[in-house]
Amino acid sequence: MKPLLRFLTCGSVDDGKSTLIGRLLHDCGAVASDRLEGLADFSLLADGLEAEREQGITIDVAYLYFGTDGRRFILADTPGHEQYTRNMATGASTADLAVVLVDASKGVLTQTRRHSAIAHLLGIRQFVLAVNKMDLVGFERVRFEEIRDDFARFAGEIGFQAAATIPVCALDGDNVAEMSSRMSWYEGPTLLSALEEADSEAASSLPFRMAVQTVIRDGGRLYAGMVAAGSVRPGDRIVIAPAGTEAEVARIVTMDGDLAEAVAGQSVALGLASEIDCSRGDMLAGETAPQVADQFEASIVWMSEEPLLPGRQYLLKLGTQTVPATVQEPKYKLGIDTMEQLAAKTLALNEIGVANIWTARPIAFEPYEASRALGGFILIDRITAATVAAGMIHFALRRSENVHEQALDVTPALRAGLKRQRPKLLWFTGLSGAGKSTIANLVEAKLHARGRHTFLLDGDNVRLGLNKDLGFTAADRVENIRRAGEAAKLMMDAGLIVLTAFISPFRAERAMVRSLVPEGDFIEIFVDTPLAEAERRDTKGLYRKARAGQLANFTGVDSPYEEPEAADIRIDTTMMDPEAAANLIVSKLDV
Amino acid sequence: MLFSGGKDSCVMLHLARKAFFPARPPFPLLHVDTGWKFAELYRLRDELAAEAGMELIVHRNPEAEARGINPFDHGATLHTELWKTEGLKQALDAGRFDVAFGGARRDEEMSRAKERVFSVRSPGQGWDPKRQRPELWQLYNAQLAPGESLRVFPLSDWTERDVWAYVAGERLKVASLYFAAERPTSIHDGALLIVDDDRASLAVTTRRVRVRTVGCWPLTGAIESEAVTIDEVVAEMVRAGTSERAGRLIDKDQTASMERKKRQGYF
Repeated sequence: MKPLLRFLTCGSVDDGKSTLIGRLLHDCGAVASDRLEGLADFSLLADGLEAEREQGITIDVAYLYFGTDGRRFILADTPGHEQYTRNMATGASTADLAVVLVDASKGVLTQTRRHSAIAHLLGIRQFVLAVNKMDLVGFERVRFEEIRDDFARFAGEIGFQAAATIPVCALDGDNVAEMSSRMSWYEGPTLLSALEEADSEAASSLPFRMAVQTVIRDGGRLYAGMVAAGSVRPGDRIVIAPAGTEAEVARIVTMDGDLAEAVAGQSVALGLASEIDCSRGDMLAGETAPQVADQFEASIVWMSEEPLLPGRQYLLKLGTQTVPATVQEPKYKLGIDTMEQLAAKTLALNEIGVANIWTARPIAFEPYEASRALGGFILIDRITAATVAAGMIHFALRRSENVHEQALDVTPALRAGLKRQRPKLLWFTGLSGAGKSTIANLVEAKLHARGRHTFLLDGDNVRLGLNKDLGFTAADRVENIRRAGEAAKLMMDAGLIVLTAFISPFRAERAMVRSLVPEGDFIEIFVDTPLAEAERRDTKGLYRKARAGQLANFTGVDSPYEEPEAADIRIDTTMMDPEAAANLIVSKLDV
Repeated sequence: MLFSGGKDSCVMLHLARKAFFPARPPFPLLHVDTGWKFAELYRLRDELAAEAGMELIVHRNPEAEARGINPFDHGATLHTELWKTEGLKQALDAGRFDVAFGGARRDEEMSRAKERVFSVRSPGQGWDPKRQRPELWQLYNAQLAPGESLRVFPLSDWTERDVWAYVAGERLKVASLYFAAERPTSIHDGALLIVDDDRASLAVTTRRVRVRTVGCWPLTGAIESEAVTIDEVVAEMVRAGTSERAGRLIDKDQTASMERKKRQGYF
C-alpha cells in the first residue's frame, strides 16, 4: 500500500467543492449510513458544527478520513470565503497535494489563482486541476482544453505545473471514481486514481536533523525527538545547534530495543558518548550544521483579528524552540486578488506579507524551501496566548552573522557589588496626569538619601532626546517602550536602581521589559488614578486639548490603557498623597 | 492522561510509555468513574496502570454519588452530565492540571472533525469553537492565558481502523468485550445492552454479541456478531458502514449533542 496522502481542495462552494468532497467520500464508502440520515445533499457532510449550520457559515478547517484498497487519505476541507486565507494556509501546511477546482462554465478565476498561489507559498508542489460541471458545457473537449491551457500559463508564472487535469461532473460522479461514458475523448486518469498515484511529500534532502523535545534522565541522559530529516546511526558525529558543540551518538533507544539506525519520521531517544550541554529546543544535526541566526526574512500569514504591531514582542515557536521575537515593518504585502506586492505598515487578518524578524537569541533552522518542519514557525501573543500568525523563513540576514556578543571581564554583578546594591527596575505605569513622575521623583530622592545609586528615566524627558523621532501611534508607543526598556537594562547592567515613569499603556510591552531583566528585579508599580480624576487635575492641559480634538491618540481618550492584571505594587492616588505613596513603595522594596 | 481501560485508552498509554522510555511518563492517569462501567474494564484499568508503574487517580463526583444518579432512573443526559462532564471538571480542577490528554479522534463524530490536537478550554473548562487556535505543520501552541487549560488529543488523525492496526501490531491487551461471545443481554429502550450486573433487574437473554466502543454498560449498545479476532472485527466494521459512536446512546438525545457536551466541558 502507498503511504498516506494528505491533500486539500481549493475552490468555493460555487465551484461544487462540497459536492465533489461528498462524492469522493461516498464513492469510497467512507460515509457512514448513520451520518447520511437527514442530510439533504453531500455538501452538508463537511459542515460539522451546530454554530455553522445555524448561521449558514463555515468557520474552520475540517479533516476527513477515507481510503481505497490502494491508499488512505486525509482531506483538509478549508471552506468559507471570509477566513479563507487563514484556513487554507492551515490546511495546506500539512498537505502533499492540492486539488484545484474550476467551474467549466466560468473558467480560471481570480480566486483560482489566489488559492493556487497560497497553496504554492505553503510548499505544495503537486497540483491536480479538476474542471467541474462539465455537463454545463456539453462535455466539450475544446472548452476543457482552453481551461487546461489557461491554468498552465498561470501556473508556469508561479513556477509549477499541474500533475493532471481532469474533466469531471461531481454531481453525477463522472471521472471521480469511475471513468465517464459521457467524455469518451478523455483517456484518464480519474480523480481518485490520480490521488492514488500521487507522491507523498518528498523526503527532505537535508542530512540528519532532529529537534530535541525532551531530555530523559534515567541513568544516563537521553535526547528524545522525532527525526526530521536524514538518518542517524551509533558512531555518527553530530553537532548540537545553536551552540555548535560536537558529540558522538552512542545509542538509539526505543521501548522495542536499541536500533542500528533511525530515519526521518521515527521518534527515538539518542544517547551520546560524552556529557554535553543540550536541552529541549536544541537541534541535533549530522554532516553539516543547520543555519543559526537571530535575524531573518520570512513570509508571514496574519491570522488574528488584532493586526501585527511591528516592534511588539511575540513568542516565536519553530520546531521545539520558543523564543521572544519582534517583526519589523513589512517590506510588502500581497494584494488579495492579483498577489502583486503592495506597500504595508502592518498586516491585518488574512493578509500575507514579507518582513524581517529578530529573535531574542539565535535559533537553529533551515529555509522553509528545504524543510517545512525546520523552516515553518508560528507567532504567539504573549498576553492572550493565541496563535496570531504563521511564517516561513526565506533566509538569514547577513548582519546577524556578523554581530557577536562581546564577552566583558567586568560583569553586571561585579559592578553592582561595588555599589553594594542589587539593581532593580521600578516601572511606574498609569494614565497621563496620574502622578507617576511626582511619586517616582520622591522615591528616587528617598533612595538617594539612603545612599543608593539611582537613575530616573522620565517619559517626557526621554521623548525630548533618545525618542525624539517617535510619535504616539500604537507602533511608536511600542518602540518608545522598547527603547526605554533597553536603556533601563543598560543602566541596571551598570549597577543602578532604575526608576521609569512612562504611561506604557500596553500589557504586552510591559511584559516584554519584564522579560529583559532578571526574574524578580522588575517591579511594576501601577499608579492608579481614575480617568475622571486625572482629567480633572489635567496638570499639563493635555486632556483639554485631546477632548478638543487637537491631540490625537491620547491615552484614555482615543487610545486604550490596559491596566496591569497583577501589579507588584498598586498605588490608589485617591486614597493617599504622593509622600505616603513614596513611603509605601520604599517600604516594600528590598533595597 | 484520561484512562478508562478502553481500546483507545490502551493505545494512548502504550504511546506515552514509548515516548518517555526508559523513564515512566511524567504524569498520572485519571479515570472519571461513574460506577456503571463494565467490571472487566475496572480490572483491566487497574492492571494496566500497575504494569506501567503510573499513579492512577479515580474520581467519582460526590454530588452524583450522594444523589444516587444512575442512567435508569435519571436518564442518559443527566447521568452523563453529572458523572462524566461535571466529574471531569472537578477532577481536573482538584489536580490543577493545565493539560489533560484524551484519546478522542476526529473521525468519531462530526463536531470532532474540527477539533484541534491542542484544544484550548476557557476558565470553567468550556470549549469555544471560535477561540480555537490554528494548527499548522506539527507546531502546537501550548501557551496558556490565566485560567485556561488544554485538552490534547494525540490520536486526532487516527481512524478506528488505525487503532485496531496498532492494537494488532503491538499485541496490546484489550478488553474481551470487543470480541463476540455468549453474553447476558437485554433490550432496553430499543437498545441491545450487555447486562453486567443485577442492579437494574432486566429480563435477560443470552446472545452472541460484542461492543464496538465501551462506556457505562447501560449506555453502551452491543451488536450481534461472530467476530472473534481483530481481522474479523475490522472486516465487520467495514461491512457495517455505520460510525463507531452509533452505539453510544449518549450522543443521540439531542442534535449536535456532542458539540453541546464539549462546550460544557465534556471531552
